[in-house]
Amino acid sequence: MATPYNDIRPDHRIILEWVTTNASVLDLGCGSGDLLYLLIKNKKAHGHGIEINVEEVYKCVAKGLNILHGNLENGLEDYKDKSFDYVVLNQSLQQILRVGPVLQDALRVGKKVIVGFPNFAYYRSRLQILFGGKTPVNTALPYQWYETPNLHFLSILDFVAYCSKKKITIERKVFLGKEQQVQLFPNVFAQTGIFLVSQ
Amino acid sequence: MTTKSATGQSPERVGIVQTKYFTFDELVLENGEKLGPITIAYETYGQLDSKRANAVLILHALSGDAHAAGLHQGEKTPGWWDSMIGPGKAFDTNEYFVICSNVLGGCKGSTGPSSINPRSGKPYALEFPLITINDMVNCQKRLIDHLGIEQLLSVAGGSMGGMQALSWLVNHPKSIRSAIPIATTPKHSPQQIAFNEASRLAIMADPNWNLGKYYEGNPPAKGLAVARTIGHITYMSDVSMAEKFGRQKKGSSQNEKFTADFEVEGYLRYRGDNFVKRFDANSYLYITKAIDHFDGFAGKPVQEAFQHVQAKVMVIAFKSDWLYPAYQSQEIVRACKIAGLQTSYCEVDSTYGHDAFLLEIKEESHLIRHFLKKIYYDYEVTDGYSI
Repeated sequence: MATPYNDIRPDHRIILEWVTTNASVLDLGCGSGDLLYLLIKNKKAHGHGIEINVEEVYKCVAKGLNILHGNLENGLEDYKDKSFDYVVLNQSLQQILRVGPVLQDALRVGKKVIVGFPNFAYYRSRLQILFGGKTPVNTALPYQWYETPNLHFLSILDFVAYCSKKKITIERKVFLGKEQQVQLFPNVFAQTGIFLVSQ
Repeated sequence: MTTKSATGQSPERVGIVQTKYFTFDELVLENGEKLGPITIAYETYGQLDSKRANAVLILHALSGDAHAAGLHQGEKTPGWWDSMIGPGKAFDTNEYFVICSNVLGGCKGSTGPSSINPRSGKPYALEFPLITINDMVNCQKRLIDHLGIEQLLSVAGGSMGGMQALSWLVNHPKSIRSAIPIATTPKHSPQQIAFNEASRLAIMADPNWNLGKYYEGNPPAKGLAVARTIGHITYMSDVSMAEKFGRQKKGSSQNEKFTADFEVEGYLRYRGDNFVKRFDANSYLYITKAIDHFDGFAGKPVQEAFQHVQAKVMVIAFKSDWLYPAYQSQEIVRACKIAGLQTSYCEVDSTYGHDAFLLEIKEESHLIRHFLKKIYYDYEVTDGYSI
């Protein structure tokens, strides 16, 4: 049952590092609840997840998590300002329809927001468009155009520019390649960007 | 999603069970009237643990009773939630002490309009006071006190049972560690009241009803059967009816006009006629009124409703339930969220309509089993990187 630290998903490892002990966490689009479970187990975090897929909801319940089945795009308005230490939007931002309002709401209800998304400007994606002339499919963007749940295709630079425009403070950021962190030209070499932001 | 218990046993029945009775002197009802003595019929399954911390109260719906699981001596039909209560089942009787009682106002052993009024020596009929969901719950609280249980591990029920679970949350927050309202609502919509009113009108239109005084003569069987028919239509879905009956015609071609030509008609007539044998029309009137008047948030804004509640909550709704649509369950979830309660919510995929809470056993069991386990063992997940 126990998973060695190194077997934890790299993005989860980063978030696990960032979240402080005893924090309250709202995980938006928490999937099967692996991250939330890790945070509870290792950081004594408390909180709950919101997930739209019922099969994932069943997995969360089996882990003993508090999970609300539903669309994260409705329902954030019920939480008071700053009700959570962290609101997590990991690999869910690019799949929601109204990115702006949801991110604003997340920044309102959370003291800090953790955002993780696939970097569309990853060099392999660039090459696939440039030379293949096709919608990129790779480990960061594993879906064919006709079956992708992603609605938005943003790059690391896009997100940084958005934060600057909306006066969102980027407190921490980490860029991930296939296995390890990317320091140089992240908008080219990173598959995933993870940001800790606040407002 | 396993159906085996932690001990690896396959699910089985709780065995032969008997209804027990608890009588107490008097209850001051919500409307200020006094009623007594009151008898509450109840059954229990499993064993109370040494700390008296494993008791779960099951709350039945409109036409339910105390017989939730197992078999009565000589009977072939098990209790109404037998698929959920028993060794290795969702409410695992190897782990929990499960209690189910018949509601106040009912006709299955608990005091109701068909009971003898000690002051007249005759059935109460309409002398019986108007009762509320909260009154039903206050009787259950008396029963729990009588059984020596200070705090219930959980209260759980569907439909009107879910309303009782909400009433427990709001009125006896310290007496429960968790609540599981299923396929229910904080309060009836005009449409839901309308269906109940149609049922009541059917009963009262039956000349045998006689302003409730029928206990010495013929009961308003036709009226009650129509009331039940209306109910059954609302418990099923378009899809579940199509799957169950299609447009199948009943075999024999009769010369009479307006007979039950279609399977669905035959089913409704059969269920209606059968219901009359086991249910009291006045109870139907009193209980549906209690349901219609129920206000789970006690007339307060959602923001205040659960202010003093600490219990953990699991709310369950079903996709095709149009009688108690998911948005009503979500109102409960909203109140929990605002109150900062530890809450889980799931809208189970189902085509069964409102009846789903009695039929979607696999998913419902999965949700409840894990939720109860978490509450019972109160586990705090600590140390280790395990997933």
